[in-house]
Amino acid sequence: MNESSTVDARGLSCPQPVVETKKAMNVYGRGKIEVLVDTVTSRENVSRLARKQGWEVSSEELPDGGFKVTITKA
Amino acid sequence: MFSGLNRLLMSRGGPAITGAVVGILAPVLSFLGNPANMGICVACFGRDIAGALGMHRAAVVQYIRPELSGFILGSLLAALMYKEFKPRTGSSPIIRFFLGVFAMIGALVFLGCPWRAYIRLSAGDLNAIPGIIGLSVGVIIGIFFLWNGFSLGRSYPAKKAMGMIMPAFAVVLLALLILAPTFGPDGAGPIFFSETGPGSQHAPIAIALGVGLLVGWLAQRTRFCTVGAIRDLVMLRDFHLFNGVLAFIAAAFITNLFLGQFNLGMEGQPVAHTNILWNFMGMVLSGLAFTLAGGCPGRMFIMSGEGDGDAGIFILGMLVGAGIAHNFSLASSPAGPGAFGPSATIVGIIFCLAIGFLMREKVTV
Repeated sequence: MNESSTVDARGLSCPQPVVETKKAMNVYGRGKIEVLVDTVTSRENVSRLARKQGWEVSSEELPDGGFKVTITKA
Repeated sequence: MFSGLNRLLMSRGGPAITGAVVGILAPVLSFLGNPANMGICVACFGRDIAGALGMHRAAVVQYIRPELSGFILGSLLAALMYKEFKPRTGSSPIIRFFLGVFAMIGALVFLGCPWRAYIRLSAGDLNAIPGIIGLSVGVIIGIFFLWNGFSLGRSYPAKKAMGMIMPAFAVVLLALLILAPTFGPDGAGPIFFSETGPGSQHAPIAIALGVGLLVGWLAQRTRFCTVGAIRDLVMLRDFHLFNGVLAFIAAAFITNLFLGQFNLGMEGQPVAHTNILWNFMGMVLSGLAFTLAGGCPGRMFIMSGEGDGDAGIFILGMLVGAGIAHNFSLASSPAGPGAFGPSATIVGIIFCLAIGFLMREKVTV
C-alpha cells in the first residue's frame, strides 16, 4: 500500500485515539498511517502504542496546535 | 535540573513516581489530621465540599478540602509552563454531567474513589478488595463499549476564558474555606463545617493545599490515572499507568506500617462497611462511569486544570451526585449501604449501559 490513510482522532477522549489507531493498524497491517490528535497526551499514547507494535513513529506539530503522528511499517 | 526532572516525569516511569509520591503523602495527610484511610480521596473530598456548600446536610461530612483545589491549580501551572493548557469542550457535556453524578453515587455506596480503594487496601482494610474487583469489572464493561465504537463525540478548541473557569472555581473554594462566610438566615450555613465526624478531621490548610498542588503538578506531567491503569493493562497489555497504581499501593503500605496506621481485617475499619455485594456493585458503577468518561476522578480534576471543560462538567456532576447521594439516603455509612443505595446503583448501571450502547459512532479510517 503506497497511499497513506488518515485517522482523525482530534478531540476524542482517552483512550479513543489509541483505539482508532489500533483498529487502523489491524485493517492495514503495514504501510503509512497518519493520526491527527489535539493533545500531547494523545500524541504520546498513540506513539507508545505504535512503537510497541513495531511501527516507526514520527510526529510534527500542526499550525492549529495539534499534532500529526505518522506511523509506518514496511 | 528542572528539565531533567521533567524528562524523568515524562518517561515511562513517570506514573510510578507520581504513584509513589501520592502513596507516601496520603497516609501522611491522615497522620496530620485527615480522616483515617482518607488522606486523599477524590470522591469523599468532593462529597465534603458539596456538604460545606450546603448541597447536602449530612453534618459529619462538610468541609472544603483544599487538596482538590490544589489538584486543579497544580495541573494548571504545569500545563501553562509546558504549553499544554488547551481549553476544549463540547463532547456531550450533559452526558458527562450525569456520568459524574452516577460515578459519585457508586463511589459513596462503596465509600471511596479508586484512590481511596487502593489506600484502604494498603492500610489492611480487606473491604477494599471487592471494591477493587468491582472497579475492574466496571472498567472491563467500559472496554467492551470502547472496542465497539463507543464515543461521546469530539471536543473542540475553546477560548482561554472557558479553560479558566474550573481554576477560578478552585480559587473561589479556597477563598470560601479561609473566609468561611455564612449566607443563611440567622447566620447559619453555608458555608458549613463539620464539628464531629470525618468532616471535622483535616490536616492544616497550608500543608493540604501544598500536597494538592504538588500532586496536581506531578499527575499532569505523568498522566497518572487509576482507571486508565486497569483499562490500558486489560485493553493494550500496557503496564505503564498500572505501575503507577502498584507504586501507589506499595508506598502507601510501607508508609502506613511506618506510621502505625496498618490494621488488617474487615470489621471496624475507618469510614467503611463490610457489605461485600454493595462494595462490589458500587465500584462496578463507578468504574464503568469513569471509563465511559475517560478517566478516574483524580484525572478529571487534572484535565479540568488543563482547560478541559468536559472534565469540569463531570466534576460538577460529581458534586451534585454527592448532594443527591446524601439527600436521598443513597450513601453508605459504617453501618452499611444507605436505604436506597442499592436501587440507585442499579439505576446508575442501567443508565451507563444505555449510554454505552446508544452513544456509538464510526470514525472513518
